[in-house]
Amino acid sequence: MTAVRLREVTVRYERLVALDKLDLTLDEGQCLGIVGPNGSGKSTLLKTVAGLVTPVSGIVEVFGVPPRRLEPGTIAYVPQVEAVEWNFPASVADVVAMGRFPRMHPLSRFSRRDRQAVDSALEALRLGDLRNRTIANLSGGQQQRTFVARAIAQEPRLLLLDEPTTGVDAATEDALLELVRGLVKQGLPVLMTTHDLDRAADWFDRLMVVDRRVLANGDPETVLASGAYAGIREHSHVHGHARTEPGTVP
Amino acid sequence: MSDVLVAPFQFEFMQRAFVAALIVGTLCSTIGTYVVLRKLAFIGDGIAHASFAGIVIAYLRGLDYYVGAAIVAVATALGIGFVNRRAKVSLDTAIGVLFTGAFALGVFLMSRLPNYNVDLQGFLFGNILAVSRADLVLILVLSALVSIVLLLLYRPLLYTSFDPVVAEASGIRVAFIDYALLVMLALTIIVSLEAVGIVLVAALLVTPAASAYQLTRRFTRMLALSVAIGASCAVAGLYLSYYLHSASGATIVLLATLVFFMAMASSALARRRSRLSL
Repeated sequence: MTAVRLREVTVRYERLVALDKLDLTLDEGQCLGIVGPNGSGKSTLLKTVAGLVTPVSGIVEVFGVPPRRLEPGTIAYVPQVEAVEWNFPASVADVVAMGRFPRMHPLSRFSRRDRQAVDSALEALRLGDLRNRTIANLSGGQQQRTFVARAIAQEPRLLLLDEPTTGVDAATEDALLELVRGLVKQGLPVLMTTHDLDRAADWFDRLMVVDRRVLANGDPETVLASGAYAGIREHSHVHGHARTEPGTVP
Repeated sequence: MSDVLVAPFQFEFMQRAFVAALIVGTLCSTIGTYVVLRKLAFIGDGIAHASFAGIVIAYLRGLDYYVGAAIVAVATALGIGFVNRRAKVSLDTAIGVLFTGAFALGVFLMSRLPNYNVDLQGFLFGNILAVSRADLVLILVLSALVSIVLLLLYRPLLYTSFDPVVAEASGIRVAFIDYALLVMLALTIIVSLEAVGIVLVAALLVTPAASAYQLTRRFTRMLALSVAIGASCAVAGLYLSYYLHSASGATIVLLATLVFFMAMASSALARRRSRLSL
């Protein structure tokens, strides 16, 4: 079954085109990697699928309906940079437990099932020993793992990961890879942006090169061999196509 | 000692004042926890000042002053939320624009009245001793409404206070939660006006929660501590004002401020001990 379908989606930030008539299809049980230079619209693409950004034209469907009409808890999203108040009075377990909130009835208590989901997410991300630690006292990698654990505890039908391996050590990346591949095997569709192409074949069933529009799309080996990504990276390097350049997008 | 505690209760107006103080202290410190965590301290002050326009309009129309204040306070709260979302200005800018506008409207309307004889001091600084039986019923009803809504929205409020972007992506209607909090905040301010007045209500919203924030790094404990501090300061402040013959609202707020500095000192001491033990 198709989990995500984008047809000719155009997103603008005022006069700036972030996505230009972009097409995308993601099936259940598939992990799709999105690569592209800084400012190519990768994060905007995830935000569009999550319903956080509204396109000016085109169709966005998640499980056949617009994202904002989905049942609460359907999509779990892990942004690249968490804009949270780090001094918020919450422990790692408190933050991971928030993943259960979207599906919970206002008056229902935290059930054994909810507790199990939180515990297994903490274990999967190797956060068991840190569960009572205040989030202000975590390293960058531990914070990232906490937010991935919250997404896993949500038990979503679609997982969106924006560069989840940035700032994490090799062991954590391995654990994350194993976890995501396990979830994909169980049928979860995953859409993930990355800069790291070395392990693209391990992570992804399909790889898509994006620079506001789709430049290449297919299995990782074929896409990498096509040189589409190397081409735009070279172009970016030569022409200073960086995040700070006017005209780039988040 | 028991005589000291019981003596104020011989007067019926003091009995009503204690009930009102307990409710207002509890309610303000509960919603104040979200106000502090969302960095909305300025909004309490803003909505309270904006309600002044409602009092003047109610006077002109021959309505109950608190009904007028409530309508303008809720409208201002919703307006602040709307301007913040639609005009792409920061929340403190939206508050600054709307509350000064509403307050100016109140002053403008009042300046055009030849015989304006509303007890302004009562609204500005509160007079909890003047709470009537009807006022108490209104306070109870509005407090029950606010408490039920806060209880029902406990989890979405917590999630959106911490991480609104991810909460929205997961399907929580963040705009609805934000507007609901603003309306509950406006009603809480109206409930508190008679106790502490327009000028001091912001302190009752912010100070107990800020004190609790010094003492813990867990949300549920912060909420419980904030309520304990808010309710006890309101009741103890009223006792003090009875024996010191001082203004009740100001005494309550001064006591809460004292507790804040004690919490701050306690927190600094605990941090120092923790550093020394490392």
